[in-house]
Amino acid sequence: MCGIVGLFLKDKALQPELGGLLTDMLVTMSDRGPDSAGIAVYRGADDGFVKITLQSANPDQDFENLESELNADVVRIDTHAIVSCPADQTEAVLERISESPHLRIMSTGDAIEIYKEVGLPNSVAERFDIPQLQGSHGIGHTRMATESAVTTLGAHPFSTGPDQCLVHNGSLSNHNSLRRRLARQGVNVKTQNDTEVAAAYLTWKMQNGCDLGEALEAGISDLDGFYTFVVGTRDGFGVLRDPIACKPAVLAETGQYVAFGSEYRALVNLPGIEKANVWEPEPATVYFWEH
Amino acid sequence: METYDLTAMELRAVNEALQTKGDGSNQSYEVINPRGSHAIAVGLNAPIEVTVKGSTGYYCAGMNQQATVNVTGSAGPGVAENMMSGKVVINGDASQYAGATAHGGLLVIKGNASSRCGISMKGVDIVVHGNIGHMSAFMAQSGNLVVLGNAGDALGDSLYEAHIFVRGEVKSLGADCIQKEMRPEHVETLKELLKQAEADAEPNEFRRYGSARQLYNFDIDNAGDY
Repeated sequence: MCGIVGLFLKDKALQPELGGLLTDMLVTMSDRGPDSAGIAVYRGADDGFVKITLQSANPDQDFENLESELNADVVRIDTHAIVSCPADQTEAVLERISESPHLRIMSTGDAIEIYKEVGLPNSVAERFDIPQLQGSHGIGHTRMATESAVTTLGAHPFSTGPDQCLVHNGSLSNHNSLRRRLARQGVNVKTQNDTEVAAAYLTWKMQNGCDLGEALEAGISDLDGFYTFVVGTRDGFGVLRDPIACKPAVLAETGQYVAFGSEYRALVNLPGIEKANVWEPEPATVYFWEH
Repeated sequence: METYDLTAMELRAVNEALQTKGDGSNQSYEVINPRGSHAIAVGLNAPIEVTVKGSTGYYCAGMNQQATVNVTGSAGPGVAENMMSGKVVINGDASQYAGATAHGGLLVIKGNASSRCGISMKGVDIVVHGNIGHMSAFMAQSGNLVVLGNAGDALGDSLYEAHIFVRGEVKSLGADCIQKEMRPEHVETLKELLKQAEADAEPNEFRRYGSARQLYNFDIDNAGDY
């Protein structure tokens, strides 16, 4: 199964509530996947700082002197740390991070922060204080593992490019051959997870001149298997289902937001849902919204 | 009218209450605050009328016998799956595999139905006021699927003896599904179903599709279609 939720806010007045709304939506989807949970939140895109989300299995040890080691601002939250630096220092900070093999980079970008761990959505949300997070858009996922082990790195969302992230309900059947194909192009996929291959594929397409819509269109022929994808970018939010469209998906749109849920019940507490335009996204059709 | 509130009662308690209504009760019941919950009003077996006020999740009114279930909103996947008799009316849209494997009764969807509507239907009548998605009536064995709008890809793939009537466009037909002549008995069946489903349409606006019966016995020339 797996459960996906997503919220793209059109109305800035709702931004303080983003984390709370997303948490509520994701907790409702808990019984679609008990293995691990994660949330990507986009905020502060235009503040001139780049954020790097780090994760460590031994945060007490690895994060103790992180600020001085990296020469950047660090906000530590449980097993994660958000490192911020002026955009022109990003390369230098990433270089210093690469010297510490225990630090895992979850995401990099102007706006994205990713929090993911093994466990149910409510425990992950509580550990990272997700309900307090403000932001412009966000994506959540609760996982029932199929294609790779239940680990923090196997949890969704996967981020393989600046401010990009992908969550997935389904399973890809050609991820091993695609992983080898990407490796020949110099694209390094870190885990054995099928979804990370799809994320890396979309990033690779975008690095080669596609916009997100074109990358997703190309994925319809290159990705084999079952998928409902929800993707996030710095300013946008997209949805794609495979041509068979077995994996459930519901979209809702009002003047205030666009919301995605694996099931309608994930959306029932959103403001004004009674009057929202609610529909099921068509198979093999790219949906995309941008600020 | 008795009302069951799903924010105040457990789903199992509501279903148990509805399932134990006697044959002679002929009562009307209301279920409020469904909030997309799964398996609402399943396994009913008495001539009662149940109105669900709102939208439902997976498998609403599954295995229904005799009862009439109205959903005022939309329904999630597998509505009226394996219905045996009775009537289920969805006022909004229905998600995938509506009426799957159902043996009897009438399923009316006043909005659109998604993919695989009537998959493997075994005698149910389904009337969709709007459109239906791809792979609808896949391996449908008997019964009638009536669509006032358009049908998606691969309609009636590997069809057995179910009848399909479509008023709008058919994007593509599945393997072994062909357009067939509308004979007087089909017009009569269609007229009756449209009336029961409160559908504003005339039988002569529809085209009928059925099985070409070329896949019933193995033939090596059809290997690509199996």
